[in-house]
Amino acid sequence: MPSDLIAGIVAGLLVAATPLILAALGELVVEKSGVLNLGVEGMMVIGAYAGFAAKVGTGSYGLAFTTAILAGAAMGLLFGVLTQQLLSNQVASGLALTLFGLGLSALFGAKSTGLTAGAFPRLDALGLPGRFASGTDVIMLATLALVFAVAYFLERTRAGLVLRAVGENHDAAHAIGYPVVAVRMAALAFGGGMAGLGGAYLSLVQTPFWVERMTAGRGWIALALVVFAAWQPFRVLAGALLFGGITILQLHSQGFGLKIDAQILSMLPYLATIAVLIVMSRQGRVGSSSRRLRAPQSLGKVFTGTA
Amino acid sequence: MRDRWLQLEPRRTPSQAMLYATPFLAFALTLLAGLALFWLLGKDPMKALGLIFVTPLTSVRGIAELLVKSTPLILIATGLAFGFRAGIWNIGAEGQFTVGALTGGSVGLYFFPGGGPLLLPAMMLAGALGGMAWAAIPALLRTHFNANEILTSLMLVYVAGLLLGLMVQGPLRDPQSFNFPESRLFQNDALLPLLIPRTRAHIGFVVALVVVAIAHVVVTRHMLGFKIRVLGDAPRAAAFAGFSEQRLVWTAFAISGGLAGLAGLFEAAGPVGQLVPQLPSGYGFSAIIVAFLGRLQPLGILAAGLLLGLTYIGGETAQIAMSLPSATTSVFQGLLLFFLLATDVLVNYRVRLGRVRGAGQGVV
Repeated sequence: MPSDLIAGIVAGLLVAATPLILAALGELVVEKSGVLNLGVEGMMVIGAYAGFAAKVGTGSYGLAFTTAILAGAAMGLLFGVLTQQLLSNQVASGLALTLFGLGLSALFGAKSTGLTAGAFPRLDALGLPGRFASGTDVIMLATLALVFAVAYFLERTRAGLVLRAVGENHDAAHAIGYPVVAVRMAALAFGGGMAGLGGAYLSLVQTPFWVERMTAGRGWIALALVVFAAWQPFRVLAGALLFGGITILQLHSQGFGLKIDAQILSMLPYLATIAVLIVMSRQGRVGSSSRRLRAPQSLGKVFTGTA
Repeated sequence: MRDRWLQLEPRRTPSQAMLYATPFLAFALTLLAGLALFWLLGKDPMKALGLIFVTPLTSVRGIAELLVKSTPLILIATGLAFGFRAGIWNIGAEGQFTVGALTGGSVGLYFFPGGGPLLLPAMMLAGALGGMAWAAIPALLRTHFNANEILTSLMLVYVAGLLLGLMVQGPLRDPQSFNFPESRLFQNDALLPLLIPRTRAHIGFVVALVVVAIAHVVVTRHMLGFKIRVLGDAPRAAAFAGFSEQRLVWTAFAISGGLAGLAGLFEAAGPVGQLVPQLPSGYGFSAIIVAFLGRLQPLGILAAGLLLGLTYIGGETAQIAMSLPSATTSVFQGLLLFFLLATDVLVNYRVRLGRVRGAGQGVV
């Protein structure tokens, strides 16, 4: 049945895209507040392990995803303490967060390697029929809803406006009386929680077992997606689906009768990221007339609070 | 400033004392955190720290291994520091390391089973050029397309690893390997001479020392070092002085890529002795920590490289003796960088708890 095949491919695409959407949406909010957190990969891998360990330990998916979100948020706050309280360099701190997250998850996860978390229930378990329902899940739907929620928050709420003001000009926002550091800490906690959830989706839903470094660069791809999306939530969705499509191509190339080395296929997401960066950065060059493509003006700058 | 728990009072000039004291402070804090970590894992903390930081220094083998591990760290970090000072972020040294090993190693394998005395210099040149070529990609993308070099150089790390896998599975595969993805073992002409007999310590360490010495002169005495400092500290001044940012991006990537490629070739032609997919083992990332810990200065990097090399060997020793997971080393390295970045605040600010009175600045 071709419709079954199409439903299967769309579901597979969404499965591959969901962790990227989650992590990229979180980072988008962080960057909108004017902070560049390069530690997404570290927060994701911590979330992947924390969620997995909680599931194996308690058997509850609710607890597992909550643990992953909290662990990711804790990592985000750690970055906040370094860069917002102690004014460390954001690039270096982000790298430190990634190295630390990869190490810490591997250290605690050494005993869990090879264990499985069991199959996550798909929508067909709720009585929904069809090939599509058997490939989709609740987290995926929640993720799609979150895209709308984040877009609404940023564009239509007062808190979203304050967050954007802080990201565009922290000195002006400070002068008006907005708590710049507090807003950024909150954004970082949110970004960390989202990355943690994205990581847990990998280790609990996509491939329900734990392996060291299982995020395999997805945190970095999420960072590139934010640039690709020109800091707009719906474009994150589009970009993540594009990457999902590349993953599907990788998995099904044999089925399509393509004879390409596995390594070359595995290179595709990384090469696509570079290609996307080239196209988007070109458009977003300094002097570009399109305001919508512009990065938040205070992105990555240190706020000393003395101006 | 009410939303910050610490009161930070900017210093008029950065504290030189703190600049050199904070790496030691960070190391001390890392040791304390390490004690807590081992205690949490249910291991004897003092024994673990002893195994990591003392035991390796008590044998010739340990010291030889220290040189083996710190050679790539020092080489790569020295190169990276050039760019980091100028705000040019080459995060993909791991990929340039891999490509350097691949290009340099290929030259060696091409002349199998001979090659003569000129083979090694040719391999070193090919390795450095390979790393440079790989680093030229993010440099080009930044200068011509304004693409963020952090992300592009990092993506190329994954591509380089897959490229190495592809090559040792195909054209470079050892005909006698029973389909294992690995190259032949290098012939004698393609192997680095040993520094200490019957160990793995090779002359690459001497090359690293020479590179550090040259870099020290360049940074302190040469115009290039000055331009890099100006671009990093005062980009507008650099623009007014007519320093070309684009040219500095290319220079920084060429130096760091070349040195990373050379380090990769040393790894392949030294301790490993062939091309295998597992060759890139994280030196390119640890070198970032080394660069910062060494204060982005060549002599500091030499010391920091030796210290981080020690955590590698000590980590392995502790892993075997106390059955600690292999990731212990990376946790230590991550902690070290965290504490270093955190204590860096002391260089530019005076830190006070509670509210500053009468200082004017920072009080709302």
